[in-house]
Amino acid sequence: MSSYDTYKYDVLVIGAGGAGLRAAIEASSQGVTVGLICKSLLGKAHTVMAEGGIAAAMANVDDRDNWKVHFTDTLRGGQYLNNWQMAEIHAKEAPVCVRELEAWGALFDRTEDGKILQRNFGGHKYPRLAHVGDRTGLEMIRTLQDHCIYQGVEVHMECTIITLLKDGDRVVGAFGYERERGRFKTFHAKAVILATGGVGRSFKISSNSWEYTGDGHALAYEAGAELIDMEFLQFHPTGMIWPPSVRGILVTEGVRGEGGILLNKNGERFMFNSIPDAYKNQTSDNEEEGWRYIQGDKDAKRPPELLTRDHVARCIVREIKEGRGSPHGGVYLDISWIKKKISNSEEHIRKKLPGMFHMFKKLADIDITKVPMEIGPTTHYMMGGIRVHAETQMSTLPGLFAAGECGAGLHGANRLGGNSLSDLLVFGKRAGEYAAKFAKENKAGAIDEKQINETEKYALQPFERENGDSPFDVQFALQDMMQQWVGIVRNEEEMLRAKEHLRLLRKRSANVFVNGNREFNPGWHTALDLRNMLIASEAITMAALERKESRGAHFREDYPDKDPNCGKYNLVIKQNASGEMTIRQEPIPEIREDLKKIIEEMK
Amino acid sequence: MPTATFKIQRGDASIGTFEDYSLEISEGMVVLDAILLIQAKYANDLAVRWNCKAGHCGSCSAEVNGIPKLMCMCRMNELPIDKPVLVQPIKAFPLIKDLVTDVSWNFEVKKKIKKFKPRKPDAADGSWRMAQEDIDRVQEFRKCIECFLCQDVCHVLREHHLHERFTGPRYFVHVASLEMHPLDVEDRREDLKKTDGIGFCNITKCCTNVCPQEITITDNAIIPLKERIADKYYDPLKKLFRLFRSRKRNS
Repeated sequence: MSSYDTYKYDVLVIGAGGAGLRAAIEASSQGVTVGLICKSLLGKAHTVMAEGGIAAAMANVDDRDNWKVHFTDTLRGGQYLNNWQMAEIHAKEAPVCVRELEAWGALFDRTEDGKILQRNFGGHKYPRLAHVGDRTGLEMIRTLQDHCIYQGVEVHMECTIITLLKDGDRVVGAFGYERERGRFKTFHAKAVILATGGVGRSFKISSNSWEYTGDGHALAYEAGAELIDMEFLQFHPTGMIWPPSVRGILVTEGVRGEGGILLNKNGERFMFNSIPDAYKNQTSDNEEEGWRYIQGDKDAKRPPELLTRDHVARCIVREIKEGRGSPHGGVYLDISWIKKKISNSEEHIRKKLPGMFHMFKKLADIDITKVPMEIGPTTHYMMGGIRVHAETQMSTLPGLFAAGECGAGLHGANRLGGNSLSDLLVFGKRAGEYAAKFAKENKAGAIDEKQINETEKYALQPFERENGDSPFDVQFALQDMMQQWVGIVRNEEEMLRAKEHLRLLRKRSANVFVNGNREFNPGWHTALDLRNMLIASEAITMAALERKESRGAHFREDYPDKDPNCGKYNLVIKQNASGEMTIRQEPIPEIREDLKKIIEEMK
Repeated sequence: MPTATFKIQRGDASIGTFEDYSLEISEGMVVLDAILLIQAKYANDLAVRWNCKAGHCGSCSAEVNGIPKLMCMCRMNELPIDKPVLVQPIKAFPLIKDLVTDVSWNFEVKKKIKKFKPRKPDAADGSWRMAQEDIDRVQEFRKCIECFLCQDVCHVLREHHLHERFTGPRYFVHVASLEMHPLDVEDRREDLKKTDGIGFCNITKCCTNVCPQEITITDNAIIPLKERIADKYYDPLKKLFRLFRSRKRNS
């Protein structure tokens, strides 16, 4: 007989980063009861790591900006695989969501006339990112957290969900454990929102923390929901690479937004050498004009360092591969060079990028106001995820909603920097609103005790084995393998090998052994996370094999060009009746006439 | 590569022991790297909290050689490795297991602080105008990552266990960020004096010294708050005035 605590809510939100918190706030303000599950302590989720800013066309710095430009930038960046309806909603609603944060106490940096200051970022035509130095994510999560705690939302900290509970097709709750004592918890809910973030932990070099094991992706998939765009995994161009212990830690795009340039070992500014056609008419081809853009000259075009992340990351990889990399296998990111342009550069850099200054000083013994940083690409963000309805954020299963990184559609083949934080706000809010509506319109479903018993048994198996692999060893093997074969440059041969290895790793993961007891036992937590990591990895590999072209973040050296035919569909992944992963092409719906016109006008 | 020995506190409140682990130290390594390596290699069940590993989230607070620190920002080359590196959980809160303590009290305390209450918007679109100079000092407080190292080192909590009567430096910083917020119109002075117990702080600046975000907690947050309370309750002229008024009312 199972032993667990039971909780009942109208809406259960799984994940307490920006999207989860925003969803919880919205749902509770609709007058329904809300439970919120955090994998860590409240306020520690990955949103806290976001540095650069929130993209919203408020036009505070450049009055030419508006939702249409933001919408077009998002689609161009996503190589037109985006869900255009989501891109439209996002561009229109982001400014309101940013102002809402201010009404809840957020203090963004200001313009001369006292408005919210906006900064330049890759792929955004005008300065668009509302920010607080280089700690925007902290400001955002703390603001949401400090607003949410007065809303009557019940928070379950350090709690992990192992399975979603179902009544027929409908999702009616979740089952998991709390970390402290290892006790099980059952949650009944009329609607469930997944806001669990990304999958970066499946890769060796990653900016993601231990939490980002694809939980939402896997929970939804196992419950029968569809995943889309799983081949599109963003490698952020600038992660720290030296010393080894900091490898992968994020260096904000804000460094380039403030004038930082990329150099190879010969001191050459290599980004000038390859500007894609789609961006030729908005990118400067000389140093002088690029600097004028940074200084706010409206007639200047932006420097090539502010091209989209997929492109910049690939250019860096090319430099390294062709022998022009830095001593530790990266390239240089230099902000100190602006001392040639402004007299108080040291003070300016420390004011605009205090976190980066502190981090490099403390962890790498480098003063970024004086010398260049060594950087290289790091696994950063999952564009793909749970397929949702654009307006309601409901997945393909009734009662199951998704928002934030674990949801998909907005970003297409590549996400623009800053569009993640605005995504969390816009679609977190919508998920909360529509989940509350669903909860009001539907009675609670039935909970299947058998499903709970089976899950409990499964979860405790690692303790029952006499010996076996360490869960950490399996995790490391997975990370090495995915990094090597399904990373930033892909080909068929390596990915087939990866597929085979995933099969072996699944076997190993089913036989891991955990010592000790259930009280705060990271070995056990890792053992249970492995399944999610493997599902996400398999989905990524399967979709990446299927897409035989290079587009956005997905680069195939055996198909290095874009194929117009491949631009007509998204790839959808779903579990079939016998438990196997299947994939199919889903045509992208014809874009609405008025939106098509906007895109044409902005070309 | 040099080898270091780590003496790590293991067990829960009932059985506290120290266990030794030896590890090769590589270039640039931080204490958290060592702890995670030990966890993966020798002690899968070693309990520790961490998230960002870059000093942004405030999860990996512990005491290294007796000093409260974020383990992710504590470089091995700052520590003498000719003797064992002592790693213990923070002390001001109940131990759960190994390096993990029950910090839930902090989250409860925050809920009791009056929430942000803005003045009416300045513009029709619901937005406000603020000068950067006016928000600089509040932005300093908002850098807080809630690592609770200031709470850990504060003797009112650590030695005297006045958790019921004193909210601690973290929450004085929080209240300061609200009280000095240019838009906020709430008054929290009475709570500060009566329920938050700011009077227990005798400004030894221990909190300021351990803050990984380099927030000048004592000088910029606590002392100005104390001054505001003094203004409200202890201004001799106002006191006379209040006395006079209450007499008049009573007569």
